Amino acid sequence: MAEALAKSHFTGAGSAPAKSFDLFARPTAKTGLVGWLTTVDHKRIGMLYGGFAILFFLIGGLEALMIRTQLIVPNNHFIAAQLYNELFTMHGTTMIFLAVMPLNAAFFNLLVPIQVGARDVAFPRLNSFSLWVWLVGAILLNLGWLSHIFPHWAAGFGGAPDVGWFGYAPLTSKQFTPDLSTDFWVLGLQILGLSSIVASLNFIVTIINLRAPGLTMMRLPVFTWMALVTSFLLVLALPAIAIALVEVMFDRNFGTNFFEVSGGGQPILWQHLFWVFGHPEVYILILPPMGYVSEILPTFARKPLFGYPIIVFSGVAIGFIGFGVWSHHMFTTGLGNVATAAFSLATMAIAVPTGVKIFNWIGTLWGGRIVTRVPMMFALGFIWMFMMGGFSGIMHSAAPADAQQQDSYFVIAHFHYVLIGGATFALLAAIHFWFPKFFGRMVPEFWGKVSFWLIFVGFNCTFFPMHFLGLNGMPRRTWTYDANMGWNEGNLFATCGAYLLGVGIFTYFAVLIWSFFKGERCGSDPWDARTLEWSIPSPPPEHNFAAIPTVHARDAWWYEKTHKAEIAQEKAEHIKSEESHGGIHMPDQSWYPFFAAIGLLIGAYNFAQLHHPVVMFGQQVLTSHLPLAITGGVIMVAALYLWALEGPGGYHIHLDADGNATESRGGHH
Amino acid sequence: MSSHAATGLIDHHHDHTTSTGIPNKKLLWWAFLASDCMFFGALISSHLVYRLNPPPGNAIPTQIFNIELTSFSTFILLMSSLLMALAVSAIQRGNVKSTRLMLLGTMFFGCIFLGGQVFEFTHFVEVKHMTLSNSIFGSTFFTLTGTHGTHVAIGVLLLGMMYVRTFKPAAGGGLFTNFAHLLAVCVVMGVSFIYLVPGLIEVIYGASLGDLLRHHALPFAVGAAACAALVWFARGSTVVEFGEQNAVDVESIGLYWHFVDIVWIIIFTAVYLLEYL
Repeated sequence: MAEALAKSHFTGAGSAPAKSFDLFARPTAKTGLVGWLTTVDHKRIGMLYGGFAILFFLIGGLEALMIRTQLIVPNNHFIAAQLYNELFTMHGTTMIFLAVMPLNAAFFNLLVPIQVGARDVAFPRLNSFSLWVWLVGAILLNLGWLSHIFPHWAAGFGGAPDVGWFGYAPLTSKQFTPDLSTDFWVLGLQILGLSSIVASLNFIVTIINLRAPGLTMMRLPVFTWMALVTSFLLVLALPAIAIALVEVMFDRNFGTNFFEVSGGGQPILWQHLFWVFGHPEVYILILPPMGYVSEILPTFARKPLFGYPIIVFSGVAIGFIGFGVWSHHMFTTGLGNVATAAFSLATMAIAVPTGVKIFNWIGTLWGGRIVTRVPMMFALGFIWMFMMGGFSGIMHSAAPADAQQQDSYFVIAHFHYVLIGGATFALLAAIHFWFPKFFGRMVPEFWGKVSFWLIFVGFNCTFFPMHFLGLNGMPRRTWTYDANMGWNEGNLFATCGAYLLGVGIFTYFAVLIWSFFKGERCGSDPWDARTLEWSIPSPPPEHNFAAIPTVHARDAWWYEKTHKAEIAQEKAEHIKSEESHGGIHMPDQSWYPFFAAIGLLIGAYNFAQLHHPVVMFGQQVLTSHLPLAITGGVIMVAALYLWALEGPGGYHIHLDADGNATESRGGHH
Repeated sequence: MSSHAATGLIDHHHDHTTSTGIPNKKLLWWAFLASDCMFFGALISSHLVYRLNPPPGNAIPTQIFNIELTSFSTFILLMSSLLMALAVSAIQRGNVKSTRLMLLGTMFFGCIFLGGQVFEFTHFVEVKHMTLSNSIFGSTFFTLTGTHGTHVAIGVLLLGMMYVRTFKPAAGGGLFTNFAHLLAVCVVMGVSFIYLVPGLIEVIYGASLGDLLRHHALPFAVGAAACAALVWFARGSTVVEFGEQNAVDVESIGLYWHFVDIVWIIIFTAVYLLEYL
């Protein structure tokens, strides 16, 4: 296969055309701004995803702290009710779409190509496009904040979106939210969806088609498996919300009646379409974290993952059943007994594969030699906390009980246990675990543990009392409450916990920044880990592997470490055959994905305010934003076309005996 | 690339560089089509849900539809799939000339379909007074069939890009010729489906051909000029880069084109024929 790869016209041995077919010279800078803007290297794209996601994670956290501060005492007036609505809307939207999803995307990018033994994703420029399009969506969603910062210039935005993260109709109609914030929210989410679909298509092809020789599907690391399942969930679930958002957009701007009761529309349709996406979405958030934990636990229990096939099949089963449970978000809407019973049963059923996974993780720990390093602490915390969230989730599957819990703080407690105790704990474990791989430095163990305990204690203090608050009747999204409701102590406790959690998160990232500059340097495999990324230097070179590996076992790198002679011989052969076919082929950088995203930003920004006149310096310049929106669209299409014309390009890397790289272009060896 | 130019050396059904033997591009399109199924699934569901719960005063579909015309344009769209299949077959045999012809044919049939839709939309709004806003049937009908029409239009654009690409000289260069060529293709296709086809349908229903020509004299003149430009661009015999090795590209667009046709069969059944049961 390696030989076949080297021979093909996709990966080299072709000769460059005599004359260029580009409008812009193809960028080759590896460093500096141009290097980052035009990069197609999956590791750099992953780091950009990660960096932006952490930024938004901290912004979302600040929004949460403001919400908790408002609720610290009864009848508080720390912030106005309108701002409170904007904060809880943007906290939810940010944490889901701009923090957890892109952090998962960051790890897909960083790890998947290396774990399948490839040099990049299947479509490197498309990957760069996904990143920049994601950023466009993030900018549109947050534009509304400008109207608080520049009240004169951006007054028309009407603040940040304030319709709640699931934007129930008819709250999103022009009648109730006439300002632009909702239009930005609609288009922002739409564009984030586009980014996710494009990225997922890329990862589906990468995982299915770019596997190294010997890497059968049932030898894939569990994380890669979960990335595959998640990618399928994304491409199949996002269309539902995309259509729902199109319908809202048409209702708002073109006078359709999809959710207009007066015109024969039914707002419940929004709920169905939204949750057909929204429920698979929670598995989109949690399946990759299950993957991180499945990588970390065996490494620190010093034994292979227990029940690998069962864990993989459970992940796939969760993906399937995840499409059949959406109406459990709607038990109180009066679905009818049959539908309610069916969705109750399906919801109970989906707990089974989840429980199976937890037992397998416990089976992995059982009889292992457990090493409690920081990633392991977070992973163990994940199992416990995610289980707690799972228990309250099972309680919701009983429709009569759910009718009591609906829209109360009990629900808040439930989904923060699965999203912080679950997804975030696993992400923090993953960041700590793979930090040495991508930056070549260790995070200090002591400070890592300090941040773990702060986060663990702070998290439980914040969210455990919310179970009681919810069962005592405190509704979610309430701006303030009276002192005689019996909610005072719980809220005070939760807010103090939130501050502690904030200190923990701050410590965690402050330590990361310190480690980036001053951390102790490490070798390629500081944890004695099992998967292929630990077989290459830290940080990995651009081409990942000097020789495409042959995979002999599930724990590929553990096998390599115990069969050194066999592996060395194989690698020498691979290097020789690849060099005889022109060297290591790498994809060329490109401007066009970035330009296309800029076109999209201009187009979407203007399309959101289509019917508003364009005003500059107090003068009306155009009667509508249509010409500007079209301009943006044209820039995008032109960039996409030039992108297609320039072709994948590519150059070769040649390694000498010491591993030093030289590059060559064109057909010369 | 020259080593692949000879016919018969490429296995079009197996790509030995990938783990599964399926070319990456083809797998990407298949996965995208799965996603696109869900887009149309959501739209068709919206339509059917509201069909079962019509509000008072909703438009009555059978009084609005012109089923003969829609059946005709459905037939044309299905026939365009035949031409698409012939284009794929031609490029797999390395026959670039025949590929170009079949691509043009597919695009033109696509434009006849689109022209039918332009006529239909105009007719519904101006004669039958059904708009996006004045009935829920209008909202779901125009959104659903409009989304499908957009898919066909994007398909025509992609085919046009592929057609222009078949002229890319092997020696490189020619970027601006390529742009001008694509522009001419877009103008010809645009004029056909916005003015020519709907106008001819009007003529069939009794309007005067002379009026049509006078009324849209400018677009028709521009379209004729663009048509002449197409003939001019297609002259000569420079050695081109495009060849049998690009079969997977044509086939990928073919997948999309056939998919959009299949979706139309479902829409035609669920939106039009269902009303006559």
